[in-house]
Amino acid sequence: MQFSESWLRSLCNPSLSSEELCHVLTMAGLEVEERRPASANFSNVVVAQVLSVDKHPDADKLKLCAVDVGEAAPLQIVCGAPNVAAGMKVPCARVGARLPGIEIKRAKVRGIESFGMLCSARELGLSDDHGGLLPLAADARVGEDIRRHLDLDDHLITLKLTPNRADCLSLLGIARELSALTGAPLLAPEVQPVAAVVADTRAVVLDAPASCPRYCGRIVRGVDARAATPEWMKRRIERSGIRAISFLVDVTNYVMLELGQPLHAFDDAELAGAIHVRLPNPGEQLLLLNEQTVTPSADTALIADDEKPLAMAGVMGGEHSGIGDSTRDLFLESAFFPPAAIAGKARALGFSSDASHRYERGVDFELQRRAIERATQLIVETCGGQPGPVVEAVSAAHLPTRKPVRLRTARAAKVIGIRLGAERIESILKGLGLGVERQGEDFLVTPPSFRFDIEIEEDLIEEIARIHGYDNIPSPPPVAQMAMMPATEHSRTAMSLRRLVAARDYHEVVTYSFVEAAWEADFSAAQAAGAAPIVLANPIASQMGVMRSTLIGGLVGALVANRKRQTERVRIFELGRCFMRDAGAGPVAGFDQPLRLGGLAAGPALPEQWGAPVSRVDFYDVKADVEALFAPRRLEFAKTGHPALHPGRCATVSLDGRPVGFLGELHPRWVQKYELGTAPVVFELELAALLATPFSRYEEVSRFPAVIRDLALVVPQSQALAPLLTALRGAAPAIVRDVALFDVYQGKGLAENEKSLAFRIVMQDTQRTLEDAEVEAVIADLLAVASRDFHASLRG
Amino acid sequence: MDNLDQLVASATADFAAATEPARLEDAKARYLGKEGSLTALLKGLGKLPAEERKSAGAAINIAKERIESLLTARREALKNAQLEAQLATEALDVTLPGRGSLRGSLHPVIISLDRIEQLFRSIGFDVADGPEIETDWHNFTALNTPENHPARSMHDTFYLQGEDGKPQDDVLLRTHTSPVQIRSMLAHTERYKHLETMPELRVICPGRVYRVDSDATHSPMFHQVEGLWIGEAVSFADLKGVVADFLRRFFESDDLKVRFRPSFFPFTEPSAEIDVAFMSGALEGRWLEIAGCGMVHPNVLRFGGFDPEKYTGFAFGMGPDRLTMLRYSIPDLRLFFEGDLRFLSQFQ
Repeated sequence: MQFSESWLRSLCNPSLSSEELCHVLTMAGLEVEERRPASANFSNVVVAQVLSVDKHPDADKLKLCAVDVGEAAPLQIVCGAPNVAAGMKVPCARVGARLPGIEIKRAKVRGIESFGMLCSARELGLSDDHGGLLPLAADARVGEDIRRHLDLDDHLITLKLTPNRADCLSLLGIARELSALTGAPLLAPEVQPVAAVVADTRAVVLDAPASCPRYCGRIVRGVDARAATPEWMKRRIERSGIRAISFLVDVTNYVMLELGQPLHAFDDAELAGAIHVRLPNPGEQLLLLNEQTVTPSADTALIADDEKPLAMAGVMGGEHSGIGDSTRDLFLESAFFPPAAIAGKARALGFSSDASHRYERGVDFELQRRAIERATQLIVETCGGQPGPVVEAVSAAHLPTRKPVRLRTARAAKVIGIRLGAERIESILKGLGLGVERQGEDFLVTPPSFRFDIEIEEDLIEEIARIHGYDNIPSPPPVAQMAMMPATEHSRTAMSLRRLVAARDYHEVVTYSFVEAAWEADFSAAQAAGAAPIVLANPIASQMGVMRSTLIGGLVGALVANRKRQTERVRIFELGRCFMRDAGAGPVAGFDQPLRLGGLAAGPALPEQWGAPVSRVDFYDVKADVEALFAPRRLEFAKTGHPALHPGRCATVSLDGRPVGFLGELHPRWVQKYELGTAPVVFELELAALLATPFSRYEEVSRFPAVIRDLALVVPQSQALAPLLTALRGAAPAIVRDVALFDVYQGKGLAENEKSLAFRIVMQDTQRTLEDAEVEAVIADLLAVASRDFHASLRG
Repeated sequence: MDNLDQLVASATADFAAATEPARLEDAKARYLGKEGSLTALLKGLGKLPAEERKSAGAAINIAKERIESLLTARREALKNAQLEAQLATEALDVTLPGRGSLRGSLHPVIISLDRIEQLFRSIGFDVADGPEIETDWHNFTALNTPENHPARSMHDTFYLQGEDGKPQDDVLLRTHTSPVQIRSMLAHTERYKHLETMPELRVICPGRVYRVDSDATHSPMFHQVEGLWIGEAVSFADLKGVVADFLRRFFESDDLKVRFRPSFFPFTEPSAEIDVAFMSGALEGRWLEIAGCGMVHPNVLRFGGFDPEKYTGFAFGMGPDRLTMLRYSIPDLRLFFEGDLRFLSQFQ
């Protein structure tokens, strides 16, 4: 809502500066979004009258003017404007004036002295109009400062109104609020009924009373549609951001801005019979003023006559029944359409209008007659015409009601946190124009017809707090019940996990939860297994069309972006949700939305440096990272297949026999498609599994020496470590504290299809020193298991 | 006896001349070895008359001890010299960089979320989490949003395509973290329903939210932190106290100006927008909108299982992305979601 400060001050003029006034409005919830001067800053420009115009002796395009600026003698001024004419009144910048960009000095123009400058609107910074001098009204007082004459010291104020404050979508509404806030009197415009001069009327029939419980209509005959809009009215509506078009259009906008009641003017010659407010017939079409042909939905009310639809009620008029230059007779409409009847109608058609904006938020349902009288008054004053009587159709049963709301002083104190006395509360409520009935310490409050946002006690409490001033409510440290927060050792926070990942040289990224459909098709195991992607019905862009079921897409996307910026070594991670359809009952039935940790490492294993050889990050580098995240718990890894990953270089990650994620090198196909150069290694792990941490338990520490034996086993090349290691650990008696692989060897001394796996076996007892014989027996047993089940032999 | 002094002098010279341990041992043999000069003198004692033998013997022993101590000293010196030489060859360029990798980084918004959590935990707020594909009921209805509210339209809210290809109207991508409020209230009132008076509910809910909006200052996905405190005596004054305190701690700025401005949200009444103004820096003195808040609407309390006559509470929602931009002077929201390591690695 944009408006002119001087217009507001004509309705309520508190003794506050412009800045203070804006602050008061903002702090009352009518946020001032912008305040700017109505014109550029300039001085010493006055209303002048051109007395005579003569040719410049030495220049064809220049004129020599005698100009009256209200002083004894006229000034001689050289002027080049095409429209300069004797008798016209124009702005004149006098010697010494400072205009935007220029200072006016006494000057010789082609040999003739000039004592000032006659100005165009652009030279005064008022508009871009450079067509000629700015003509002023014939009755302008010569010599008057132009800033005063055109009210240029005004400010344009833009309010960012919340949807509940439709009552402030008018100057009167804002003035009412300002009066309640400051105590300055409200000077509402005087509206007197305009007596009918002719008896002509049109009947009004409310066929859809729920959509229109009140409709006022009036014929005005014999108007001059070409009458000029008075300057003051034009100025006010233009400073409110509405273009002046013609007087009859301007006057309806003026009254809407002034009182908040949208009006519509029909060309009465285009109407046939009675006015109906009805729902559309099936398939009925209407050409609107914006040249859009619409087929209104079944619940859209239309204004129609006996033959045809005329307008979309409360939204926009029709093209054929609108007023134009040739209009002689008017039919004025001032109606109330309830918010529910209008809400969403304009938006559904892809536009909005000043009328629909107001109606969907709530227009005062007792304002219609006053507004039509106000408009009639202004019309008759300016362009003549003979008004007929006002016809008012009402369906009282469908008008909104205003139920009294009970307000307890004690409840207000409980919610606000400070106690305001009943007297103070009463004066606030009355100041806002609410109907107040005091009952001891409590009140029965009836909201006025212009407020659509007061239904419960809390709504009144807000009014009290707001007018009292949020700034005037203290903010002491609160008092609360104290109870300790749990601090468990059975799990860790996501944040501590993040720090751990970052400590292993990964950078955290946040990527979009909606991704390219191709990413999901390429990387999602769920989709490979036949699950349909979760598609957005209204994505903001096609590459954000599908909910991710894996974090890999976003990580690869970030890798691609970094590669484009010439970053070779990329190590990133993300902690976020993935989304799958799922028949199970999660918090939202039908969807599984687990949190996961995903990581990606690409490029050199270490930052380029003098002290370490250059090597590409590989499966085992990243595997160590994954193991470290779970340590001290031991993970199991098993070869697997995954659509995103190299079939020979990927593994499921399991914990206590349960899969918790995967790890692997990106499939060469995707390395090529996404132009990654070298294959990144990625992992994705369930956050729940990562956050559970084992509770530490004491085990006795031995005082006796440990015995360490190495066992190098020759096995077939294809033998995976895990089964063999599991078998060795399983076969080891209690005195074996650990069996660990420490070397893998292939080459000289072994056959081509063989490798050697070397294990270090640590044995120790808590009660005694081990005997050689039992140590040897353990080694012999382990060797026996290995050779029996894995065709292993002792390396010679 | 001059003889002995000469011998000592000669040993001193010989030892000093020996610059390697082997040479020193050779020199030692010449004096103290089996064939050495001193050994010969000691052997010769027996030929001396008995009365001279004692004094001569003592003199020789003194000389021997002197030579032995010279030897020990020389051995030590040579050893030290050798160590010095070894240390000199082992010296490193200590200014070369260390080996291995450094550390990664945390996302700046996540750093903010962590600080927000810590600050609120310090006054007894728990942290709650909720689904991002949310039901219409939790996201709108239970938050007192009217059926025809514009926020519910596909212009503002992301909806999912049902398996039949049509938009599904019962689930959506949550547009704020406020539905976690509802989930927290329901869990709390269920848990304590057997009590005459329930304990206070204090919780914050950080997370990702989604809106159909994209330009320099809006991202279709962004972060929000919801806060909620419900109890028997929680007031608007408490809301002001908690949020103002938080903002000053978050920005580590005691002179931060905080103001509460009346506003409107369907789920709070009274409602307020919170503005802050810094007293220094590039944004000095400018009011910046930072959060929305208010007293939980009685309808919302009822949806959450609380009796609004007995319990009151406040809620606030703020944008950690914006808080982070202000805190670290980050000019463009989009930087958060581009994954650029040159940007991300600035935040440890």
